[in-house]
Amino acid sequence: MQLIPCPWCGPREEAEYHYGGQAHIAYPEDPQGLTDEQWAQYVFFRDNPKGPFAERWLHNAGCRRWFNAVRDTATHRLLAVYRSGEPRPEVSSR
Amino acid sequence: MSAPFRLPGRGLVDRGTELEFRFDGRSYTGHPGDTLASALLANGVHRVATGIEYGRPRGIVSAGVEEPSALVQIEAPFPEPMLQATTVELYSGLVARGLAGRGRLAPGPDPARYDAVHAHCDLLVVGAGPAGLTAALAGARDGQRVVLLDDQPQPGGSLLGSAETVDGRPGPEWAAGAAAELAGHPDVRVLGRTTAFGCYDDGFVLALERRTDHLGAAAPAGMSRQRVWRLRAGRIVLATGAHERPLVFADNDRPGIMLAGAARTYLHRYGVLAGRQVVVCTTDDSAYRAAVDLADAGATVAAVVDARPRVPEAWAEECARRGIEVRAGEVVTGTSGSERITRAHTVPYAGGQLNGLRRGIDCDLLLVSGGWNPVAHLYSHARGALRYDPARGAFLPDGELPGIRVAGSARGCVTLAECLADGARTVGQLPPPATEPVPEPTPGLVLWSVPDPSEQDGGAPRPRFVDLQRDATVADVLRATGAGLRSVEHVKRYTTIGTAHDQGRTSGVIASGIVAEALGVDIAALGTTTFRPPYTPVSFAALAGRDRGALFDPVRVTPLHGWHTAHGAEFENVGQWKRPRYYPLAGESMEAAVLRECRAARGSVALMDGSTLGKINVQGPDAGELLDRVYTNLMSTLKPGSARYGVMCGVDGMVLDDGTVIRVAEQEFLLTTTTGNAATVLDWMEEWLQTEWPDLRVTLTSVTDHWVTVPLVGPASRAVLAAVAPDLDVSNAAFPFMTWRDATVAGVPARICRISFSGELAYEVNVRGWEGLRVWEALLAAGEPYGITPYGTETMHVLRAEKGYPIIGQDTDGTVTPQDLGLGWAVSKKKPDFLGKRSFTRAENLRTDRKQLVGLLPEDPDLLLPEGAQLISGATLPAPPVPMHGHVTSSYRSAALGRTFALALVKAGRECIGDTIHVPLEDGVHPVLITDPVLYDKEGARRDG
Repeated sequence: MQLIPCPWCGPREEAEYHYGGQAHIAYPEDPQGLTDEQWAQYVFFRDNPKGPFAERWLHNAGCRRWFNAVRDTATHRLLAVYRSGEPRPEVSSR
Repeated sequence: MSAPFRLPGRGLVDRGTELEFRFDGRSYTGHPGDTLASALLANGVHRVATGIEYGRPRGIVSAGVEEPSALVQIEAPFPEPMLQATTVELYSGLVARGLAGRGRLAPGPDPARYDAVHAHCDLLVVGAGPAGLTAALAGARDGQRVVLLDDQPQPGGSLLGSAETVDGRPGPEWAAGAAAELAGHPDVRVLGRTTAFGCYDDGFVLALERRTDHLGAAAPAGMSRQRVWRLRAGRIVLATGAHERPLVFADNDRPGIMLAGAARTYLHRYGVLAGRQVVVCTTDDSAYRAAVDLADAGATVAAVVDARPRVPEAWAEECARRGIEVRAGEVVTGTSGSERITRAHTVPYAGGQLNGLRRGIDCDLLLVSGGWNPVAHLYSHARGALRYDPARGAFLPDGELPGIRVAGSARGCVTLAECLADGARTVGQLPPPATEPVPEPTPGLVLWSVPDPSEQDGGAPRPRFVDLQRDATVADVLRATGAGLRSVEHVKRYTTIGTAHDQGRTSGVIASGIVAEALGVDIAALGTTTFRPPYTPVSFAALAGRDRGALFDPVRVTPLHGWHTAHGAEFENVGQWKRPRYYPLAGESMEAAVLRECRAARGSVALMDGSTLGKINVQGPDAGELLDRVYTNLMSTLKPGSARYGVMCGVDGMVLDDGTVIRVAEQEFLLTTTTGNAATVLDWMEEWLQTEWPDLRVTLTSVTDHWVTVPLVGPASRAVLAAVAPDLDVSNAAFPFMTWRDATVAGVPARICRISFSGELAYEVNVRGWEGLRVWEALLAAGEPYGITPYGTETMHVLRAEKGYPIIGQDTDGTVTPQDLGLGWAVSKKKPDFLGKRSFTRAENLRTDRKQLVGLLPEDPDLLLPEGAQLISGATLPAPPVPMHGHVTSSYRSAALGRTFALALVKAGRECIGDTIHVPLEDGVHPVLITDPVLYDKEGARRDG
């Protein structure tokens, strides 16, 4: 059971968290102005890289806040966590 | 009766106390401190079990968790299958019998309690042997919070089975002193009888503590039998020791063939001489110590047979002094004996070949040693790499894991002095205790299997067992490689080697060695099979702990639950809620009860407990704006005092939930959700608020449990409400449909919403939870002249289905849009955007053959369609694949319609209203009529009455 450092609460067990998929996918400014394909890209398509990946996490059984994390998908190590609204930090895979 | 193989003045068992036990139908005695295995050996019992495949007699091979052979079934005091005789602590009244592989589960429920403990520490040390003790001492003296675990009842590890001294004291005495010092530190916890069985990320370790197993029937009733420790450690030291490797030769499975180190443990720890006429066969130095110790204890050691061409000189001298013959360059190639070994056959061995004449040596105990395997299991659990050490023929922990160190023989230390120093060094500065000098070691020989001479001579081959529990032999491994298997993981599954209770502790590396030899590849490249948790078997009861029975999952009940129970309600589970499903009268069936409840609701007045309905309070200047974005329809225009039905969709346009929204005040709304969806909807709205719209000034609060909610339903509901709320104007003009009013009901403040999920004139009475029962009973009393009837969720379902109201999650499945449900009227055309809007115009969502919600009337009015039934076009079932046109989502008997009916999702369903479609069931294909989903009071006159 991994420890995930919530940027508000500190390290807590991963069972307290909920995974929220890729981060920094903004809701489109004008959905009605998008083609079906552009809209489908927003709704259905996400990156699936091997290595560092910025994603959203929810501290569901704790402060109930959403935050962002950079996780290495190859090692399952969390490389950085940061609050919503903060820019993605520069991290390199370990 | 005294045990004939128990030696006077030896061992750590409590000689002053006798324990009676039974094994295979016979009575024996042992002492506190014994294991079942040591007590049996003290009584001269070597044959304990039977091979699962070939029915061969099997004995006791080891003195610990690596035991591959001596499996027993505990019969009393509580039946327990498949335990190792070497790990069962003896207690008075134990009844056990030997197994032929398979155990038998207890027929009754386990009366014992199990529990879990959470703990944190700076330093977790696994193993209280020499290395673990010095590591823990170093940490404790440094002021760290230390937890020291050991699977044995007393600390010491290998010291318990040895005559070696530490700081001039006998090993067990030194270990007891170290443990006493540790116990004196305020922040140190020493746990005996506790096995770390899994090592995970970030210092997380699971361990099983056996608290009362060793007490048998004397176990205190209130104490948990076992508990799982969930430990989080800053640093971990794995001092888990090493397991001796057996040798593989023909007929190597007879009772009386034992690991050399185990015989030393039986001698020093239990005061038991495992045999009187001993032969030792070895490939390294450690077995000499067993030969010498057993000879000193009075056994006749006929010979030490050493496969190495050059034997260790110092040990040879020790043997000579005791009259023990040492034969260099010789191996045991076979054995004789039926119930127990009577003779060992040896042959000269050089350069990997048998080379010379066979000789026989009479014996009743054959000790074997093929080197030592470090116990690297926990290190591997944590993804630590292993490397092959050709000198030792063993896989050792390699590299470094953050926060985890391996110490002592678990990382290949050989001597006691090395282990003591290594443990201390992993943690800090601690001068290692003094030990006796030991002879300079002679390199060991790696010998995966001894050739079978009868095979070499062209005779019938004798079995050479690799995994005693699985009865898998060298021939089985060669069959696997002969069949083309190249990976040890595949060979493991093909031969089942390493899949028994012991997970191949004595057989795994040997199997890798034999595979490597057979394939002519380097064992270092071949590797070994993956170690996975649990290290030792853990019962499901222990893993479940207290999370069983009523505590398995939280149960949520409403403040009216006691009334429902007292009035005979049958309950159904909705999420974690217990909801009354129906209220049968004496002897009444569910079908009859539901029809009666439905008639009351449509004919006069009925009420139900709707408190489980999810309720979310939305407050703030932007509350209306938020609701406009998450609901498909416009909510910000709602007037205080009014209510509106709303639908929520995902961004994919699929219905997520529905419910009513009331505007409490200018900046406050209260919305309701489906009972099972309350948390989902709250999470959904929170997610958007936090991640996309942090600028909106809104807070969300779950208030589900604050309220008792009672729908009061039926043509007489207005009269009943008027009776309990005398100050409220209940007229249609003053209190119309889709409005709400605050009023005093039965003397307490209430919020009454005129909304209807039944199609009848109805009021939803909301009061504070603790006043719910009072109001419920007042409504029942006021309704008595009208025959007021409580109803459950089943009647609620029938009533709403007759009106074609869908239930999200029953009539929908995440692929259904509001338009599919006929709820297009609830989708705003005015709002520029809301969640899901853009998806409604995707090509897929504009298809005319989408499944749509319709009603179904079976031609046979008594046929109740099963929910989930598929719909096909023709009256006969065609050959597969059968084109499916839809499926039944809800199906009931209707009192109002006097027949059965159903709701269904049907392709292009609304276009097909009036058509006949078919339902294939077990007894044939049944025609059903497709209808509008609203089957009762289409005009809504009753609701608006």
